[in-house]
Amino acid sequence: MKTLKYSLLLFISASLIFTSCKKDPYEETAPTPSNPGVTAGSLSIHFENMAGDSSLVFNTESYVTANNDTFTVSMLKYYISNIVLTKSGGGTHVEAESYHLIDASDLATGDFTLLNVPFGDYTAISFMIGVDSLRNVSGAQTGALDPANGMFWSWSTGYIQAKLEGYSPQSTAGGNQIIYHVGGYKGIYNPLKTVSPSFGTEVASVSSTVTPEIHIKANVLEWFTSPVNISIASTSFNMTVNQTSLDMSDNYADMFTVEHIHN
Amino acid sequence: MLIKNAIKYLVVAATFIVAASACEVDPPIKKELPANDIRMIIPEGWPYPEYDFTGNTLTKEGFILGRKLFYDPQLSRDNSISCGSCHQQFAAFSHLDHNVSHGIDNLLGVRNAPGLFNLNWNTSFMWDGGINHIEVQPIGPITNPVEMDESIANMVTKIQNDASYTSLFNDAFGTETVTSQLIFKAIAQFQGMLVSYNSKYDLYSRGQTSLTSSEQNGLNLFMAKCNTCHTAPLFTNYEFMNNGLDTIFTDAGRATITSLASDSGTFKVPTLRNIALTRPYMHDGRFTSLDAVLNHYVSGVKNSSTLSSQVAGGIQLTTTEKADIIAFLKTLTDNTFKNDERFNDPFAP
Ligand code: HEC
Ligand code: HEC
Repeated sequence: MKTLKYSLLLFISASLIFTSCKKDPYEETAPTPSNPGVTAGSLSIHFENMAGDSSLVFNTESYVTANNDTFTVSMLKYYISNIVLTKSGGGTHVEAESYHLIDASDLATGDFTLLNVPFGDYTAISFMIGVDSLRNVSGAQTGALDPANGMFWSWSTGYIQAKLEGYSPQSTAGGNQIIYHVGGYKGIYNPLKTVSPSFGTEVASVSSTVTPEIHIKANVLEWFTSPVNISIASTSFNMTVNQTSLDMSDNYADMFTVEHIHN
Repeated sequence: MLIKNAIKYLVVAATFIVAASACEVDPPIKKELPANDIRMIIPEGWPYPEYDFTGNTLTKEGFILGRKLFYDPQLSRDNSISCGSCHQQFAAFSHLDHNVSHGIDNLLGVRNAPGLFNLNWNTSFMWDGGINHIEVQPIGPITNPVEMDESIANMVTKIQNDASYTSLFNDAFGTETVTSQLIFKAIAQFQGMLVSYNSKYDLYSRGQTSLTSSEQNGLNLFMAKCNTCHTAPLFTNYEFMNNGLDTIFTDAGRATITSLASDSGTFKVPTLRNIALTRPYMHDGRFTSLDAVLNHYVSGVKNSSTLSSQVAGGIQLTTTEKADIIAFLKTLTDNTFKNDERFNDPFAP
């Protein structure tokens, strides 16, 4: 026990010596400190689901796609995983066990807080839309990744990375439904995307007194356009891994924009 | 308590490592379940398995819980069907004489239920390989509307509310809180223990018995004509092949998963262990006898764009040669496995 204490002390003082020699205090990714009150704080992220410029309203509001198709939304869910924050001057903070399921019908799921974030100014964020391939092949999972959340394919195992459902008069499917489930994690139709919506000139400053909040908007209209225009009449539903699911993932990859950051 | 547990796990892990490295043959099956009877088995000469219970330490308690879940009809919507309904031990855990699965509300599926054994070596599950891990495999049948048609959330609630499971979860995982993850890990412990390696062929391979001349001749022919796909010792190469059943594919097979034209009508090469116990045959159960299967390979192979070149034009075999191959295939029946009491239905009277 005693030796452990001493070696810990030794280690801490050694790392102190090393870091203090550095010109840039942020160059090193700080290890999770034993007392987070001293060197690390929190950072909140808020996802707001939108349709164009207005907040997404389920079922009752109609929206128009780039292809001039009309649709309503009854479900929008997607995974955000592997969140990485970049410090000004370099160095990163990687969220541990970083899996978040955002369900647009449940506002609380769009708000979460990253803990143990080392103090400092953060100038960029990146995250994966979907669940990384490793977790797709690692057997039974729990929490956000529990298959009970309805985001797991049982016939072709792996997570549904994102799903959008609703109705459209242009739909050729039964009951005018539209159903888009984007899944898969490997191969030529791999839909996993890592994106970094820009902070612009803004900075998220984590300190002992400030828990910054990054406000990110997710625009559902982007599912249908750029780079691939989707016509609802010809693609009313898609629940398999193919060119269409790849196209949709290319489309929704740019649905996120950082609106502003509260400090 | 903590230390006790830690020691328990250490011992388990140690046993496990010893068992794994020694690769020795299992002792004869006992009626009771001493802890050392539940351990990872890697028969001599077999490759290291894909699934070695990493992250899901195999224990007697986990196995017992998994066995109960496997045989529990509460995993189906109306509590009528268990995994064991379609996977019967006397048929090496296949569904004897059912060409396609027969599930809830008398609904029929589209595929034949395969036997369940040596699953730790599988690189994928199901005829189309759509499932990638033994632990998540049960999600398929549980949520399939023509099999068990239950939701994962509802299944968890039912098991949580069944008091007979409380101590089983506690013993296996040290918690009374049921999650889908723990249910699936327990079922994986049961399914992962289903290792079949005591057929006559295995005894012969270990120098413990000899084959008749017909069986021996069948083995030689098999090695020459079938082993590239049904590769010993597991009798499958785990690849997806088209062995010439159809010209037009009503079931796209592997292409259902990959959306690749080159995978159309290909299916996972099935193991031929216990093949005499698991009729009918092929993904849709179209052949009811091994005779019919051999006749297919000799004279029934149909052309299509994805047909394997290894069976194109048929495999030439005389009547005696066919009989010899069938005699050999019967040496792959493992009665020790079929009768192993550890795997029996705990709900059975
Ligand atoms: C209604 C009948 C039915 C029930 C109930 C059922 N299965 Fe199956 N099982 C099948 C069929 C049919 C297949 C093949 C399906 C396919 O390939 O698409 C299969 C395939 C499997 C496989 C894949 C084997 C391999 O080698 O690829 C495993 C493992 C399995 N079942 C385990 C289970 C478990 C565990 C349960 C209970 C949670 C269960 N089954 C319930 C019919 C059933
Ligand atoms: C090109 C690879 C290939 C070769 C060579 C091959 N098979 Fe097969 N075999 C398969 C595939 C693939 C299936 C499953 C096809 C399906 O159900 O669509 C299969 C199915 C079977 C089945 C049914 C298994 C079950 O569980 O339903 C038997 C029995 C069988 N083969 C025996 C043989 C024998 C005996 C030979 C040699 C004479 C042979 N096979 C040669 C690929 C092959």
